[in-house]
Amino acid sequence: MELSNDTQLEMYWMMLLSRRLDERAWMLHRQGKIAFHISGIGQEAAQVGAAFALRRGEDWVTPYYRDLALMICLGYTPRDFLLALTGKQGEPTSGARQMPSHWSMRKANAVSHSAPVATQCSHAAGIGLAIKMRKEDKVVLATLGEGSTSQGEWYEAVNWAAIHHLPVIFMVENNQYAISVPADKQMAVASSADKACGMGLRGISVDGTDVYSVYRTVAEAVADARAGKGPTLVEARAYRLTPHSSDDDDRTYRSREEVDEHKKKDPLIVGRRILEEAGLLDQAKIDEMEARVKEMVDDAVKFAEQAPYPDVADAMFPVYAEEVRRG
Amino acid sequence: MAEITLIDAIRQAMDEELARDENVFIVGEDVGKRGGVFRATVGLFDKYGEERVIDSPLAELSIVGVGIGAALYGMRPICEIQFADFIYPAFNQIVSEAAKMCYRSNGEWTVPMVIRAPYGGGIGGGLYHSQSVEAFFAHVPGLKVVVPSNPYDAKGLLKAAVRDPNPVIYLEPKKGYRLIRGEVPEGDYTVPIGPAKVTRQGSDLSVYAYGMMHYYTLQAADKLAGEGVNVEVVDLRTLYPVDKQTVLESVRKTGKALIVHEDNLTGGYGGEIAAIIAEEAFTDLDAPVRRLCGPDVPAVPFSHPLQDWFMPNPDKIAQAMRELAAY
Ligand SMILES: Cc1ncc(C[n+]2csc(CCOP(=O)(O)OP(=O)(O)O)c2C)c(N)n1
Ligand SMILES: [Mg+2]
Repeated sequence: MELSNDTQLEMYWMMLLSRRLDERAWMLHRQGKIAFHISGIGQEAAQVGAAFALRRGEDWVTPYYRDLALMICLGYTPRDFLLALTGKQGEPTSGARQMPSHWSMRKANAVSHSAPVATQCSHAAGIGLAIKMRKEDKVVLATLGEGSTSQGEWYEAVNWAAIHHLPVIFMVENNQYAISVPADKQMAVASSADKACGMGLRGISVDGTDVYSVYRTVAEAVADARAGKGPTLVEARAYRLTPHSSDDDDRTYRSREEVDEHKKKDPLIVGRRILEEAGLLDQAKIDEMEARVKEMVDDAVKFAEQAPYPDVADAMFPVYAEEVRRG
Repeated sequence: MAEITLIDAIRQAMDEELARDENVFIVGEDVGKRGGVFRATVGLFDKYGEERVIDSPLAELSIVGVGIGAALYGMRPICEIQFADFIYPAFNQIVSEAAKMCYRSNGEWTVPMVIRAPYGGGIGGGLYHSQSVEAFFAHVPGLKVVVPSNPYDAKGLLKAAVRDPNPVIYLEPKKGYRLIRGEVPEGDYTVPIGPAKVTRQGSDLSVYAYGMMHYYTLQAADKLAGEGVNVEVVDLRTLYPVDKQTVLESVRKTGKALIVHEDNLTGGYGGEIAAIIAEEAFTDLDAPVRRLCGPDVPAVPFSHPLQDWFMPNPDKIAQAMRELAAY
């Protein structure tokens, strides 16, 4: 589970790309160019760490709306994201039917999800069941927020995975809030990982701002799952550094001091420090990365601006599988 | 050809589909060793093993959610809901997930699955073992809703449902499980999902029914024949998508329409048939469209006289036919 220098740098790159893309979305929203954005800022380390613990493209993922960085690790592109933000033709996850950040990428085994929270968790259990039935060497990663672990849906899914020793990793991205409601109003336990003991699976909480710690923890859970030892519940502790969405005003429920305090533990700062201390990263390299990111994001914005809107003639389809046009 | 009961036909269909395709599996409460509380799956656990006839935890949401996940992976789950009355915990998974998956992913993901549920009253089951739930699901694009009324259709429609690439809600008139008998060929055949069927030719009025009420409607039509009234009976069989053509052809011939269902009247499925006729066959009508349905109380009461008051039966249907014929 040792990471090569190149891989460590690649992980930082994924976080950086996701961050700058996410920031651009906020800017476009302020400029009135897009209608909605829901952000993953603050959770990049959790997502990239988990993604790199998978065999990407082979293992399965049931993501949730904050997982921009996770999806980028699976091959989702800035152009894809900009098409989603603008609701333009060719948007690859849903044909611009879904709101932005409602992911799907079949070629990467990343399953389409909806807006009602936690519904993806029983799908993950079902995918795990199918993997087990077919005796295949794959695992499923299901992600969700800590508030969503209050849903009955989630308990049912975890219970299933535990009973049948399914190869599922449930990763709770605990960003401390569910819109405005803090975690201590969601659960009486200190960590959502503590909920595992009541259902008979391993639960482990990890610093979700350190991409390499998350990687090691999830990689271990993945190894266990592949070895037939069943599911693990991982909590990645992070902080939502932005409002819930572009429709939210977080000043109505939390102080600026609190947010500023957490900015010191920004996963990009943490990751950069680790790489600098290891002698893998310096200012020149960062400048080079930033320039490359900016180019990609600029390109994506331009690409989406020039793209046409979807044709309303296509909006009736495909409601049923028979109506799907392939290729 | 052997004459068998409705439930035997349903079991035969599952048995043959399990044998035909190793991706097919059954999941539900008590479906394994016990063979189902109605014995629909008797013998299948011994024949196919606990991995393909799975006793689920007592949790309907995840019976469906896990089924969806497995279907996304390429399996063909048959999910049994023990009584249709207990399908509501799974409503979110059926309506938000299974039904919308194809459309919301622009065809990237489809959910080939069957959800079987025994429905209907007249069995002394009271409010929570008697409900008809078809109207909830026949409102949802992306689902197919099927209700067999006889053993031949039950077997053929269930096989078609298992092979269908979409989520199919398959509602079983449980009062007819052992009451309704009919000839069923032993080998493989399917009855297509979609077409309704004229099950009795007539010229004076058209009666539209499905499931148990179709069985009663045929009995009532026999009675009316003795009184010189020629009733045409249409077995709707597939409620969604609805076979408009067969519905309209019949009423254009007879000029009068009666719709019978045991679900309560208001917002019930009959309203849709009435609307189709009003919109597209208005000038062919010789009388107002009539509906004979359960009364608008929350569900079927337990005590026998109360249950009898609720349920349409051959006498009540015959009376409604007489009145409409005399209009
Ligand atoms: C079933 C359901 N109820 C309410 C909402 C509205 N909603 C969207 S996100 C959210 C908070 C989710 O919090 P959490 O699970 O902690 O995830 P986070 O957004 O913090 O990542 C709520 C209440 C929803 N999407 N689904
Ligand atoms: Mg949260």
